[in-house]
Amino acid sequence: MTAREGRLLRLLVLGVVAGGLVLPILAGLWETARAAFGHLPAIGAEGLSLDPWRRLFDLPGFGTSLTLTLWTGFASTALALMLAVSFAAAMYDRAGLRGGARLLAPFLATPHAALAIGLAFLIAPSGWIARLLSPWATGWDLPPDLATVNDPAGLALILGLLVKEVPFFLLVILAALSQLPVRRHLEAGRALGYGRGVVWIKVIGPQLYPLIRLPVYVVLSFALSVVDMAIVLGPSNPPVLAVAVTRWFLAADTTLILPASAAALLQSAVVAGGIGLWWAAERTLARIGRIWIRRGGRGVSAEPGLVAAGAAVTGLMALGVGALMALAVWSVAWRWSYPRALPESWSLAAWGRSAAGWGMAVESTVMIGVATTALALILAVAWLEGEDRGHLPRATWAEALVYLPLLVPQIAFLYGLHVVFLKVGIGGGIGAVIWAHALFVFPYVMIALSDPWRALDPAYIRAAAALGAGPVRRLFAVKLPILLRPLMTAAAIGFAVSVAQYLPTLFMGAGRVATLTTEAVTLSSGSDRRVTGVYAVLQAALPFLAYLAALGVPAFLHRHRAGLSGGAA
Amino acid sequence: MRLPLLAVLALGLAAPALAGGWDDTVAAARGQTVYWNAWGGDERTNDFIAWASGELQAQYGVTISHVKLSDTAEAVTRVIAEKAAGKAEGGSVDLIWINGANFLSMKEQGLLHGPFLQDLPNARYLDLSEGSAAVVDFTIPTEGYESPWRLAKFVLSHDSARVAEPPRSMAALLDWAKANPGRFTHPAVSNFMGSTFLKQALIELAPDASVLQAEATDEAFSAATEPLWAWYDALRPNLWREGKTFPENESVLQQMLNDGEVDFAMAFDPAAAAAAVERGLLPETVRSYAPEAGSIGNISFVAIPFNAAHKEGAMVVANFLLDPAVQARAQDISVLGSYSVLDPAKLDDAAKAAFDALPASPALPSNEALGPTLGEPHPSWMTRLAEDWARRYTE
Amino acid sequence: MPLFPSLSLAVAPGSVTTIVGPSGIGKSTLMEFIGGHLPRSFRAAGTVILDGRDVTRLPAEARRIGVLFQDAALFPHLSVGDNLAFGLAAHVRGRAARAVAVANALDQAGLPGFAARDPATLSGGQRARVALMRTLLAEPCALLLDEPFAKLDPALREELRRFVFDHVRDRDIPVLMVTHDATDAEAAGGPVVSL
Repeated sequence: MTAREGRLLRLLVLGVVAGGLVLPILAGLWETARAAFGHLPAIGAEGLSLDPWRRLFDLPGFGTSLTLTLWTGFASTALALMLAVSFAAAMYDRAGLRGGARLLAPFLATPHAALAIGLAFLIAPSGWIARLLSPWATGWDLPPDLATVNDPAGLALILGLLVKEVPFFLLVILAALSQLPVRRHLEAGRALGYGRGVVWIKVIGPQLYPLIRLPVYVVLSFALSVVDMAIVLGPSNPPVLAVAVTRWFLAADTTLILPASAAALLQSAVVAGGIGLWWAAERTLARIGRIWIRRGGRGVSAEPGLVAAGAAVTGLMALGVGALMALAVWSVAWRWSYPRALPESWSLAAWGRSAAGWGMAVESTVMIGVATTALALILAVAWLEGEDRGHLPRATWAEALVYLPLLVPQIAFLYGLHVVFLKVGIGGGIGAVIWAHALFVFPYVMIALSDPWRALDPAYIRAAAALGAGPVRRLFAVKLPILLRPLMTAAAIGFAVSVAQYLPTLFMGAGRVATLTTEAVTLSSGSDRRVTGVYAVLQAALPFLAYLAALGVPAFLHRHRAGLSGGAA
Repeated sequence: MRLPLLAVLALGLAAPALAGGWDDTVAAARGQTVYWNAWGGDERTNDFIAWASGELQAQYGVTISHVKLSDTAEAVTRVIAEKAAGKAEGGSVDLIWINGANFLSMKEQGLLHGPFLQDLPNARYLDLSEGSAAVVDFTIPTEGYESPWRLAKFVLSHDSARVAEPPRSMAALLDWAKANPGRFTHPAVSNFMGSTFLKQALIELAPDASVLQAEATDEAFSAATEPLWAWYDALRPNLWREGKTFPENESVLQQMLNDGEVDFAMAFDPAAAAAAVERGLLPETVRSYAPEAGSIGNISFVAIPFNAAHKEGAMVVANFLLDPAVQARAQDISVLGSYSVLDPAKLDDAAKAAFDALPASPALPSNEALGPTLGEPHPSWMTRLAEDWARRYTE
Repeated sequence: MPLFPSLSLAVAPGSVTTIVGPSGIGKSTLMEFIGGHLPRSFRAAGTVILDGRDVTRLPAEARRIGVLFQDAALFPHLSVGDNLAFGLAAHVRGRAARAVAVANALDQAGLPGFAARDPATLSGGQRARVALMRTLLAEPCALLLDEPFAKLDPALREELRRFVFDHVRDRDIPVLMVTHDATDAEAAGGPVVSL
């Protein structure tokens, strides 16, 4: 009866998404593409030419940059996925996995840049680990000349990406597992004589993967185009492609904008090609896997692998915790030189001196984060509600649309998007920043919200309808309250994503909008780890508080409602 | 090319007659917020700009909003984007801390407002004669399109507790590096400081340094840089991480000195190390010095983009920065420690006394230790150096 | 808090012993204990002895105790044939031999030619029969039936009971069934234990 309304509603949301998210990206890509083919009148370049591409391919280190990008992107994504699935398998059914998942929040909340800075300090030859062991155990009176960060093979960058992506995968996997009859299938598989690890590989894994495929692509795309983390942890001469592109965009020689635009387009091609390659690998693996399953072998024990993965993930988490602690300690240090395990002198000066600065940055960060999250949440609820009312099936093409901002590398369209915004006359303000953040926040909110929303037992809605509740009352009195926890979680994730945005804030805010992240990244180009520590601590603290609220508010409101407090078992 | 410069001089002499014009500028500036795009990686500079904002607010009703950049080129890219979008006024950048290649690039593409230097009353304290450091930016005549605000000079810093007697020439540096492999490096050459180190070496090693003042030709470039690359080929295997990777900028290098990963840092600011010691960022035993043959020096400027929304406010800020009292404060080691750009001969007694009263610090090099100042090569040399270096040493 | 009083039970090969009791009493938990699937939140005391060996400390996969669930638990990512191949014991080697074994099992289940079908397209009765064949192809030494007919309508139930019991008696292995339906126990024709 409200099917037409529902269709209209979703059409409306689709229109907003297309006009607000997709069009700007396409327009941004268009502007970048024009510059890539030699058309940028602002610097006197007119007409069509392939010169920018020729220049790009001639730039020193171009080939190495490309290879490095592919290697770090694929290795980190594949390894993170394997580790996260193995860890979930090893820990599943063990008390505390769910509680443990909540501890992941700070890792998700900490922006890449801050985590990278902390991690770099932790593992550097003169870093915290070396300081704790030197000189008494290692004999290093001076730090050794070892490439533990910025190594030419990009291993430190891969490690950094793992620390960040494994928790993300774990969270996504846990959400997906709650939709699968894992326990039952484990029992069934083991009763047929298969070990736990093998059942995970042969039975649970293949069912799990389709549910997390899109997040996997998002991570792959991110790893192929990461900038901030690669600057801090990756090799510098040459760096990965995305860092090289950013450098060229910002080089003093403005004519480099043309090959930089070409490289930005190429970066998109790398991501598209990377995803294509991954997809092909998926199909091949699935084919091989099916043949393997048909053979019915039980002999392989995956237990040692699970134990190793458990240890690796624990190690990664320890590194993450160490990185965050290093930043916190730095923020209250005064003088701290090698090989002292702790600062020689302490001081709150870093907090006090920059109080005015971070106060304002916190204010604008919270403002932008709240506005963006609210916007994204309203859109997501409208989308899902439209689907419900219109009795529409889950539209994969529309979902792919939502993911577009996460799959297209930011650097490929942000510059062009900035030009477009300026043309329309909305550049350089907080509004433009909120809009740009929404591009990236909305997809994450959709990811977080759509599965619990669709998993909601329709019996509740039918019961409410049978009691005479109209669609509006059903939404506000039944659906939203029952879904309070996933709603809050989605909001917290959205907020964290907004807090972490660097390039969109920089480009759209014309540098005038200072958030914790832009300040932290700028300061990290300076030498003062103590001030960087202050900003990084705040940067991690804000989203962490949001996560705490996401857990605490529903827990408090539903404290007498056991059926709502545990989430899906 | 010469005409605008002559005009500057003529107008400079006629400055008192323009007093009314300046009053109009000050009046128009009242209430404006000037978006000053300036590198934000240095807390002391950030604090200084915040202080200046307070003073300007009190004196002129002008507020500075410091847009912190991690690289000056960000602001240039921003102005280009605005021009690309056809935004010819009401632009988001009012004032840029700029020099060298960025200035040349903006000037050549007509992205700057001006000339305006002659309109600033405090320009009378500058040495505006032709070829003076205050009107030449990397050999490019500024022609009134930018106004000086701080002096930079290349220095090396070392920890005297680890290196008692530092090498004072590029040849000596090579010997030292061979004896102490892995203990020296320079910032990435894509970074300003990294390319400045190469330029410093180029000036010392080039058979004839005078060719560097003119735009580089293929011939001149290969002749002048041949000894440089030979020297660098010998140096590189002895660099930190065998010269395969480099710190991102001089701040990271300074941190590495503090961490003990290397024994040298470098800066474009003679007071940088002293200030870092005072703020707990370097050991107290760190000392700064310049190569004995002299070191590259240049003046940092501020410029106003063609489409700046608050040109009058930006001019008031530029003028304020040239005030002798402000310059003296900037030279104070406990504040900024950046040397004055003013011509001492043009200062009155009160202003001179303010400079004489400034405190000293052991990590601060004496004027003798700083040695002579060498002029910047033409910007084309820096661009070519960076390109050629990247081609040679990027794997 | 104990779920039910101590219990001692011996099941003879080829017979079906039934445990009956109201829901919530812990019948399924007992099955999980025997099968080796007890969740960590439960504690159990006692031993499970199968063919004279103590399997209490063995992991589920080493006990060789098959389980038939009321929801069949067919794996949705595999075709019907691949579900059976998954169960088929590994000592049947060679692609052709395994395909024949799977086809034979489908014939026995009255589902010839169903190998390529998606399990989601099967009816409840068909799913239960495939699940039983999958369990038996693994050649278990004992079989647990956990309310295997609870979700089926009465007509189908009767037919399926016959199918299941005929097949398990053929195998000459001990079978333990839990149910809250007295007619199931009757049809099984073996000893009945009330919890």
